[in-house]
Amino acid sequence: MSWDSLLQTAFIISLITSGIRLAVPVLLAVLGEIITERAGVQNLGLEGIMALGAFAGFAAAFTTGSGIIGLLAGVLAGMLLGLLMGYFAVTLKVNQVIAGISLVLLGQGSANFFYRQIFGVSQRPPRIAGLPEVPIPFLADIPYLGGILFRHNIAVYFTVLLVVIVWVLLFGTTWGLKVRAVGEHPSAADTSGVDVAGIRYACTILGAAFAGLGGAVLSVAQMKLFTENMVAGRGWIAIALVIFSRWHPGLALAGAVLFGLADALQFRFQALGFEAVPYEFLLMLPYILTIVVLLAGGRRGAAPAALGIPYEKE
Amino acid sequence: MTQRAALSTTGQRPSTAMSLLLKGSPILAVILALLLGALIIAAVGVSPLAAYQAMVKGAFGSPRALTQASLRAVPLLLISLGLVLAFRSRIWNIGAEGQLYMGAWAAALFALSFPDLPPALMLMGLLLVGFAGGALWGLVPALLRAYLGANEIVTSLLLNYVAIFWVSYQVRLPMKDPTSFLPQSAVLPASASLPVLPGTRLHMGVILGLILVPAIAFILWKTPLGYRLRVVGSNPNAARFAGINVPLHIIIVMVISGGLAGIAGMIEVAGVHHRLIQDISPGFGFTAIVVALLGQLHPAGALLAAYFFASLVIGADSMQRIVGLPVALTEVIQALVVLFVLASEAFRRRVRRVVG
Repeated sequence: MSWDSLLQTAFIISLITSGIRLAVPVLLAVLGEIITERAGVQNLGLEGIMALGAFAGFAAAFTTGSGIIGLLAGVLAGMLLGLLMGYFAVTLKVNQVIAGISLVLLGQGSANFFYRQIFGVSQRPPRIAGLPEVPIPFLADIPYLGGILFRHNIAVYFTVLLVVIVWVLLFGTTWGLKVRAVGEHPSAADTSGVDVAGIRYACTILGAAFAGLGGAVLSVAQMKLFTENMVAGRGWIAIALVIFSRWHPGLALAGAVLFGLADALQFRFQALGFEAVPYEFLLMLPYILTIVVLLAGGRRGAAPAALGIPYEKE
Repeated sequence: MTQRAALSTTGQRPSTAMSLLLKGSPILAVILALLLGALIIAAVGVSPLAAYQAMVKGAFGSPRALTQASLRAVPLLLISLGLVLAFRSRIWNIGAEGQLYMGAWAAALFALSFPDLPPALMLMGLLLVGFAGGALWGLVPALLRAYLGANEIVTSLLLNYVAIFWVSYQVRLPMKDPTSFLPQSAVLPASASLPVLPGTRLHMGVILGLILVPAIAFILWKTPLGYRLRVVGSNPNAARFAGINVPLHIIIVMVISGGLAGIAGMIEVAGVHHRLIQDISPGFGFTAIVVALLGQLHPAGALLAAYFFASLVIGADSMQRIVGLPVALTEVIQALVVLFVLASEAFRRRVRRVVG
């Protein structure tokens, strides 16, 4: 292939379209973690939560034949691990880094264990139908833009909607104000009658639900199957993007789309047999880009003041 | 020397998070994790008794099994000893997997580039090069954390993927054995084979691990570095006031920790596979995190925990063969062990508060 074909409009449109699609699982995890961390809990278990969400989503979609039920199963799996994280972080007040790392192992291990136990290992893994593409009437027919923005499955639209919802929730509602108070100054929030533990539990479970949904989107809507290690670091990339986004849903969208584009580029180059660069280097691209982005955006100053610190009532 | 006495010599009250790591109940945690594991096994319709019987027999039933578990414990032990140092300073290195890969790659490259070195020089070289490979890979997140404030948890973890793809590339193109269809390097020269204990299959790595246990304990409790480790870990602000160069400390600790992971990679290449292969590690770098935590961040504890988890994996292999349960169960049990260690400490703290 040549540089000319790279620059053809069709190629660029399909690149951006799949970049947006690939951004969705990561974006969901980032949005969820922003909620959790805004309340002062650092949940490093995203990678494991996404893995269990991916398995639960696949298994439910396979059994019921419905992609939507698959996504809901992913949400449920996420909430379960979120509850566990909440119990360790809020009730037991343990070290959140260690609890998060254990959650990664627990999520990955149980996803792989149950998948192998139920579906076995075969050359051709079972597949599911996935989610249908839903073109939005009229808008989908706009030249160029229609294909990029308005011909996706509903998980993509829903995720964009969630960016707005989380934004409004955190910065435009009383509940959001309480969440941020709990993350910045829990003792002051407590004095003014805010239920610190309750808010932290809610935000940890909600955040994990988002990550579980992200995992399910990965297996149900994108790969249409489950494989071990399919999350491939997206949970950790999400944690980096939370820092890049300065705990704000708007920047999270930008960061996730950037990651999605790098991922899409890597897939395209591999598919086209772009031999100037060995494909392993292309595979490295999203991870290296994430580190660069982390350095560009990340200063601890923007973090919630009480992030990762258990609240002890005096 | 006991943990508590050691800590008191710093004149610091250990913070909550630090004491969490030091006073849980590891044995109780293991028992509870295995019990919960039994429930999971029963839930998928297999007899837990039969499964655990197969596991124990597979792990301890023959001299061969004991040898296998010992060899499997070596990389876990080496990596976790480095993590003991890092975690005690609250430097969360979770990039040991990548550091292992880079050590393995550097060692293989060295052995294949200088095949005519006499065995003694070769072994010295392997040790140095393996250490350097892992240490340099650990240096990257250390520098990013020390001077740019980047979270080392995220950077060290993401660098794992880069290292793994790097090794995949190396064995697919530049270092590929031309006589093989598989992506793997040529066989290393005989001089690069780690010597084994006469009459056994136990290679020199076992000895190295056993020597390093007291060595790391010595560093921890008898050297200025060990003192700094404990101060930085319990109170970074106090460390700054005490005149400790915290960025430099982060770098030293990450270099040692990465270097030990690199040596683990070198041992897998020179002692086990005798060539560089694509999947040189089945997740040693991650299991070692659990080993360090279960071992209560104590070198001797790490030794016991490393052997325990190695046996768990060896046992799980035969459990899979005999009762058909997936090996991934060990990962679940590992996670449960850490969670129970954390929980037992939290409950102990609560009881203390009520009683005292």
